[in-house]
Amino acid sequence: MTARRSWRERLEFIDRRWLFLILAFAIVLPLVVDLPLPLYVSPMVQDLYDAIEDLPDGSTVLISADYDPSGKPELEPFHLALIHQLAEKKVKMVMYSLWPAATPITEAVLAEAGLTTDYGYRKDVDYVLLGYKEGQQIAMRSIQKSLKGTFPVDRDGTPSNEIPLLQHYDTYTDFAMLINVSAGSPGVKEYVQNVQSITGVPMVAACTAVSGPDYVPYYKAGQLLGLAAGMKGAAEYEKLVGRPGLAMAGMSAQSASHILLIAFIVFGNVMYFLARRSGGAR
Amino acid sequence: MKRAVPWLLTFVAGALMINDFFVPHRTHAAITQELQQWGLIVVAFTYVLGMANVFDLHFKKIRRGSSEALYSIVLVGSMLGMAALGIFHDHQGEHSPFIWLYNTVYDPLSATMFALLAFFITSAAYRAFRARSTEAVLLLSAAILVMLGQVPVGAAIWGPDSFLGGFPGLKDWIMDVPNLAGKRAILMGAALGAISTGIRVILGLERAHLGGGK
Repeated sequence: MTARRSWRERLEFIDRRWLFLILAFAIVLPLVVDLPLPLYVSPMVQDLYDAIEDLPDGSTVLISADYDPSGKPELEPFHLALIHQLAEKKVKMVMYSLWPAATPITEAVLAEAGLTTDYGYRKDVDYVLLGYKEGQQIAMRSIQKSLKGTFPVDRDGTPSNEIPLLQHYDTYTDFAMLINVSAGSPGVKEYVQNVQSITGVPMVAACTAVSGPDYVPYYKAGQLLGLAAGMKGAAEYEKLVGRPGLAMAGMSAQSASHILLIAFIVFGNVMYFLARRSGGAR
Repeated sequence: MKRAVPWLLTFVAGALMINDFFVPHRTHAAITQELQQWGLIVVAFTYVLGMANVFDLHFKKIRRGSSEALYSIVLVGSMLGMAALGIFHDHQGEHSPFIWLYNTVYDPLSATMFALLAFFITSAAYRAFRARSTEAVLLLSAAILVMLGQVPVGAAIWGPDSFLGGFPGLKDWIMDVPNLAGKRAILMGAALGAISTGIRVILGLERAHLGGGK
């Protein structure tokens, strides 16, 4: 017959499904009940917004969207707000991806932003979607030599040489800015090391929260003019662009989950020290 | 010969790509551009190799009738199905079956897999993040401060206009000073390591990539 466990042991070895259930409630509840919280805009995101705002109206930027559905909750809100900011400034966009699953996301973002319907952008004249290119860093380096050589045709099969917008744009330095929306590798790090540091093209980026600390050195060194990390970065950017979206809506849920995690860490440690005091901790 | 030719190819390709940083000549640029195009083609072929490997592994499992055979059937079927739709059918537009499968199957499955991380982190936070040493206490304290500074509720408790900039200010300091110093050190160390490994490979001192021992 097994010995009856004390309340402390029961809490210490609680079935983890209870923890999962509590977390699920902590995430879902703030999404249902609106909790107005102050949103502080960090200097990195402010600088990103300002760098884009300082672009001359009608200039052309290069956007590399390098993420897949797993990174969508963190990056798609930024991507959407980015298209709105650029479109409001009438900035022309040349877009491609080095991640195989990213192009359908870009297409969905362009449709949701109403690039052609609301802003009146014309395909191949005001924007170009080149699609996906395999090769990671090799593709990045290849674009440095020739964008049209790297992408002989666009997403629809139109030869790049026949696309009006690309007539005067073929390398990174032809563009006013390189914008990378990235969930990993190849992404921000590879672009800074293989492209920005060599060509000096102005660059801003958005990344997942977990990658953010890795890219702060590039922002501090001036290689990135601005950086939006994770859903929080996207929410700050949405606030600056004036387009509250999914990222801002998700801030309450993220706040609740962070508080819960902190509570779990503290509670877990209290259990640990109580167990140690009674000689049971490992 | 088996080793000399691959090494010579490595040396020539490596030396050309390094020179590309320093030689702005048109002919040199044209050669390296061509090499990069070859690289893109070689990378594309690795997909075929990868698919062959996946087929080989999973057909073996299916033939053996192991307990995981069903998963292998689903994997191989999904891979062939998506590839066929992409190759033989229109793969653009809302009404394309490829995009429909992407939106209704791949997208939610992929997002779900990533979202599961939150639950594992929760379990780890409760069971594994223990203040067993001074270093662990420092790590836990920094983690809690960054977590609070990262979300709006942190600013609501102790705002950026307060003493020390509140939780957001403390978070920014941790990210900008100790984190930055550590990350820079790691970056520089990794870069020096990559440079030395690259030089060793180009000079033929490091031959592990050619196979057959050291």
